[in-house]
Amino acid sequence: MATQMTDGHRRFLQVLMSHGIMEGSVARTLHRDCCEIHKVYYAHDKLDDFINVVNIHLQPFFMQIRKGMSEDDGRTYYALVNLAETEITKMASDYTENELELFRKTMDVIIISESGFASSTDILNLADQLKTKKMKKKEAEQVLQNLVQDKWLSERDGEYTLHTRCIMEMEQYILSNYQDLVRKCNICHSLAIQSQVCETCGIGMHLPCAGKYFKAQMEPHCPHCNEFWPHEIPEINRPDSELPSSAPRERRRTPSSGTRRH
Amino acid sequence: MAQKRRSKGPGPSQGELLAAEEDLAPTQSASQAPRSLERLSPAQVDQKVSELVQYLLVKDQKKIPIKRADILKNVIKDYRGIYSEIIKRAGRTLQQVFGLQLVEIDPRNHVYILVSNLPRLAVENLKQDDCTAKLGLLTVILSFLFMKGNAAKESAVWEMLRRLRVDPGVRHEVFGDVKKLVTEEFVRQKYLEYNRVPHTDPPEFEFLWGARAVKETSKMQVLRFIAKKWTAILLATSKGRWTQLSPACTQKTLQQ
Repeated sequence: MATQMTDGHRRFLQVLMSHGIMEGSVARTLHRDCCEIHKVYYAHDKLDDFINVVNIHLQPFFMQIRKGMSEDDGRTYYALVNLAETEITKMASDYTENELELFRKTMDVIIISESGFASSTDILNLADQLKTKKMKKKEAEQVLQNLVQDKWLSERDGEYTLHTRCIMEMEQYILSNYQDLVRKCNICHSLAIQSQVCETCGIGMHLPCAGKYFKAQMEPHCPHCNEFWPHEIPEINRPDSELPSSAPRERRRTPSSGTRRH
Repeated sequence: MAQKRRSKGPGPSQGELLAAEEDLAPTQSASQAPRSLERLSPAQVDQKVSELVQYLLVKDQKKIPIKRADILKNVIKDYRGIYSEIIKRAGRTLQQVFGLQLVEIDPRNHVYILVSNLPRLAVENLKQDDCTAKLGLLTVILSFLFMKGNAAKESAVWEMLRRLRVDPGVRHEVFGDVKKLVTEEFVRQKYLEYNRVPHTDPPEFEFLWGARAVKETSKMQVLRFIAKKWTAILLATSKGRWTQLSPACTQKTLQQ
């Protein structure tokens, strides 16, 4: 495997940087195109090797192209992340001090909540109590809009959670700053912001991970304590375009008594 | 930026600095703090280069030109003595790893941007990208004007664009007749104003932000939002495959 950077690698890196975050199939297409244009050796299933070459060269700069999973649809995403401890570096020049404070406090609410979401009401209350400088409702709404646009937060039905890009970028920071307050998925062991939680023993799972894990089971049970799993099992769509498209889709309803988050 | 004189305090002589710093020209700023330059290990210098690379990438993503004063204040700090070495190495890294070139668009005030070094692609079908590319060019001009206090001489604008390999006198593979695009189309659309400077003979012109640019969005928003999408033109993408942004979406962003 070649370890030299080529223009093919550089173009890939530039485009990825301009997007911030890129979905798996788009990344694969980009990989193919970059190799084609610059006559670089190409193998369709060697994207990760290709990326490793770039990562070797990025290492001295505490940057890395990282692969992550969306908590919403289970799809793979690639993002260029900053590994240095200064977590808010990328945000710092875009946002004022009180905006950053609002974001950090919103992140607190999101992480501590069970659902992984903060309502806009919650956030507007936070805005009113900022230590740096209070923010009025209209201003806070604009800041939220900017945060969504910049892919730090994502919004659904008036509620906010961390965007996949944010989770990938700030994983280290979140894990070290929140430690036990934060949940890890019992299946894949990565940070879980949105999760389904066992009401008995408290372990949590990403929704896509739960979808995959419980797929074959008629009566889902917690892998840890074996109690009945009270949540609706998410239907899993094929996350990878490489896999055959005729996968059967199962949607089973479980009598749910607990939180519904799908 | 004011040039500071090298401090003549006690402390290690220049000889103790890395040999690579021989290019300490008299024009280099040195800290005037009483603390003298420490002995710098290669690791420390590497760290600084690293920080500068990251800083430049982060700043450039926002498409705001980077001022040398900010670089010195936010990144270089006490390492001013070897500023030129650090910037040289950062430039080299950006080329080798990212295929980006650090270009000084304003040599008097020392303002930089990053430009892609990669060979430009022959763009076959321009329709999809046309709008994005033009908006990108417009943003560059608007940013430049913004930096100049909202107005600049025509000659200054062309000079700046030439550094980006966009020459008003030469037919551009993406923009075509650049001069026409900038002085006619953008002006007609009221994104720019192109005014004659009074009492000049031969007549000189200057560019200003147009009414539409001012009205449709605040200046900070232009710099913030559009600029991100603008990278597409500098990367000379082909078709719309990598710019997941339709012209309509870009237009909407500009109006936001």
